[in-house]
Amino acid sequence: MGAKAMGARVRRMEDPELLTGRATFTDDIHLPGMLEAAFVRSTEAHARIRGIDKAAAESMPGVFTVVTAADLPPGLRTVRVPFQVPNPAITQPFQQRLLEDEEVCFVGEAIAMVLAETRYQAEDAAAAVEIDYEILPTASDCRDALAEGAGLCHAGSENNLCAEFKLGYGDAAGAFANAEHVFEAALWSHRGAGLAVENRAVVAEPDSLRDVVTLWSATQSPFLVKQNVVDMLDWPSDRLRVIAPEVGGGFGPKTVYYVEEALIPLCAMTFDRPIKWIEDRRENFVATNQERDQYWDMALACDGEGKILAVRGAMIHDTGAYMPWGIISPYISATTVPGPYVVPAYELTTRVALTNKVAVTPVRGAGRPQAVFAMERLLDRAADGLGIDRAEIRRRNFIPADAMPYSFGLIFRDGKPMTYDSGDYPRCQAEALALADYDGFADRRKTAEAAGRHVGIGIANFVEGTGLGPFEGATVRVHANGRITVYTGGGDSGQGHWTTLAQLCAEPLGVDPSDIAVEVGDTGKIANGIGTFASRIAVNAGNSVHLAATSVREKAIKVASHLLEAAEEDLDIEDGRIFVKGVPEVSTTLRDVARAVRGMPGFSLPGGVEPGLESTEYFSPPQAAYCNGTAVVEVEVDPDTGHVEILNYAMAHDSGNLINPFIVDGQVHGACAHGIGNTLLEWMGYDDDAQPVTTNFADYVLPSAPGVPRIDVVHVESPTPNNPLGVKGAGEGGTIPALAAIVAAVEDALSPFGVALDDVPILPGRLAALVADARARAG
Amino acid sequence: MADRRRISVTINGDTYEREVETRLLLSDFIRHECELTGTHVGCEHGVCGACTILLDGITARSCLMLAVQADGHELLTIEGIAPNEDELHPLQQAFMDNHGLQCGYCTPGMLTTLLEFLRDNPDPTEQEVRIAISGNLCRCTGYQGIVDAALDAAGRLRAEAGA
Repeated sequence: MGAKAMGARVRRMEDPELLTGRATFTDDIHLPGMLEAAFVRSTEAHARIRGIDKAAAESMPGVFTVVTAADLPPGLRTVRVPFQVPNPAITQPFQQRLLEDEEVCFVGEAIAMVLAETRYQAEDAAAAVEIDYEILPTASDCRDALAEGAGLCHAGSENNLCAEFKLGYGDAAGAFANAEHVFEAALWSHRGAGLAVENRAVVAEPDSLRDVVTLWSATQSPFLVKQNVVDMLDWPSDRLRVIAPEVGGGFGPKTVYYVEEALIPLCAMTFDRPIKWIEDRRENFVATNQERDQYWDMALACDGEGKILAVRGAMIHDTGAYMPWGIISPYISATTVPGPYVVPAYELTTRVALTNKVAVTPVRGAGRPQAVFAMERLLDRAADGLGIDRAEIRRRNFIPADAMPYSFGLIFRDGKPMTYDSGDYPRCQAEALALADYDGFADRRKTAEAAGRHVGIGIANFVEGTGLGPFEGATVRVHANGRITVYTGGGDSGQGHWTTLAQLCAEPLGVDPSDIAVEVGDTGKIANGIGTFASRIAVNAGNSVHLAATSVREKAIKVASHLLEAAEEDLDIEDGRIFVKGVPEVSTTLRDVARAVRGMPGFSLPGGVEPGLESTEYFSPPQAAYCNGTAVVEVEVDPDTGHVEILNYAMAHDSGNLINPFIVDGQVHGACAHGIGNTLLEWMGYDDDAQPVTTNFADYVLPSAPGVPRIDVVHVESPTPNNPLGVKGAGEGGTIPALAAIVAAVEDALSPFGVALDDVPILPGRLAALVADARARAG
Repeated sequence: MADRRRISVTINGDTYEREVETRLLLSDFIRHECELTGTHVGCEHGVCGACTILLDGITARSCLMLAVQADGHELLTIEGIAPNEDELHPLQQAFMDNHGLQCGYCTPGMLTTLLEFLRDNPDPTEQEVRIAISGNLCRCTGYQGIVDAALDAAGRLRAEAGA
């Protein structure tokens, strides 16, 4: 075999283009005759539109046209976004129209699209479009939205409850009735945004001669975009090619499909002009999906030793005004609660509320950070109540490593019974505690207390279903000039797919990863694909590349055995040469084999193989691959200002076999930072009328370098038996336990004041107020 | 009619003469008039830092300046950092060696900010680096790779200067 590429810390091949400014993002595309779009969006959270006056706007300099719902072809005026992930629990699956002209249901909903020669002119004209609104009652807080007599998110609907489901197993009621101890928690995780530094972006180029459109979109999922656009517009699928070029961060919200992605190619075809739309930051805050508002009322029953007997409760999930991704996030939340622990009985009722806010779809972590927050807060309550160390109570409840594979009676979001495939949860926590010097913390606390400082430590564990199907595919092609290209469907928004997939292709073909080009995210390059989300590319695309490259190797050896007149088993591949073992001078090259299987007119192909030195494989995982990990966080809190300083952040992470630890480390670091932001800074505010109040980076604060500590990462590698590479997903694990671990640490630091923390984010002002209240109560 | 002016701006050593609207942002001038699209725009209100360029050697947010304000000035953007087509600047190389970028969208602003910082602070501490890039948002890396890259680059640049 050639290069040992799997597991190597290979430098990223993506980097030189990005570091020199040569890489092409969507807004870098300039096409002749291109129009620029700006949107007129609802300024009201809920209103009936009495009229749209675009006359003044249409007469402004440079304006080509202003498109409203009335200007769309009759069949498209009322068409709604396809309902992508149905579930029988959903009773009111409201979806958005291309442009709204009757009832707007959130601030940011698109009403009109201005097309002009320049973006400046388009924005001038957008400001001149007059909308006559009749204000309607609103649903803002999701708990209030479910109350009797609440303002309706959608006028004419019966209520704001759009889905309700109960999940569980075992006899929770019986366990609670007989339990020695019951601990309760009422918890809230607040809404945040994905906030990739690149906003959404779309460019469409029509080709009227061939009746096709090329659509570039800053999306994680070009194949899902294509599928939804052709479904919504009722186009033949070969009319549209979708390309995700360089994408400046995704984090979930760029997974799903948005109406702009259909409107712009539609108008490009209609007007026979290329059109560009670049979302601005304010639009991103109001018109790009968000996540995480959930209220949990939970209880844990345990015995006197802290052994869990049952967990039960109720959760309310805010889904916003529409539900393009169905109930994926709350469903994942509901199934994540038991986590790495033996929970003999479990029962959760989830109610999903419509509110007049932008839709909720997965953001990095996808419903799991909230669920882990609930479970871990309960365990902290139990530990504190029983006087057991917080690490020890977890140790007593872990699923032991020798219990793998482990099933416990839930059905995951992939429709399959939840069966943890592999993992050593006790070891993972032990590694994280060692990395954090948990045993030394008592001394550190003593020293801090002596100096009047308040330090605390928190622990959180999680299990995460990653690498979800249905499939991703890869074509590995050796061109006639000897160059090798890998094609796959999911886009790259920073994950380093080129490098990782090249590593996987390099090994069977006996070449260096740098000899391989990787083209991702182009529906014109491979027949089928899905997208980059749910920590699924390593499992799905990774195994497809491995299988396709292995198949190309077998074909190359078969053909070479004919060309060299040698037995297949006597041949090996190294550095692009196929040679007889022990007689390296008897050899041919991948290039010559590729030429041989192009075929010569009138002659048979050598070895009876199919033409072309290439293979396409679609790997479809039998079930999710369950990643897990532990975060141990040490903080110092200033009780007067509420400032939280993270002193130490240790993360043990098990995503199975590592393809490239250099890249996985980066994924974990970034995911932890996202969780830190969600816990300490990020608050997407809405007022009582569902008007967003944090729509810029001054009001909504993202973590910056001084606030993010060095993350210490240790990898535990428990390969999954469910795919050939033994890999699991790694993109979200860092975010998932962050909320729970940081909040636990802050609460621990404030234990002298007796402050209980049940909500995230814990912004400094609120934390200082809680301390002040506690001090006042104590007199 | 929109007010227009003729301006001349030197970017990475090349002079660009254009007639522009007075309201045109410098970031849009660089990206769309001069077609130097390596400078990125992330917020257009001066917070994210992706559009940071060097104006006469000093960092500036190109989204908070008008193109006409750059008339007669010298700019450096990400395209002008590497010594030639095939070689990377030590700072760029350090970013590659320390996984200092993932999606690469904040990278132009990180590089220009650090070029200025390391020029003025050749031997910084980790905390000084963190403060230096505190006005540049990155959602991908958790900053760790960027901070490591900056410290690594400082060492390389000191070695170069000493040689």
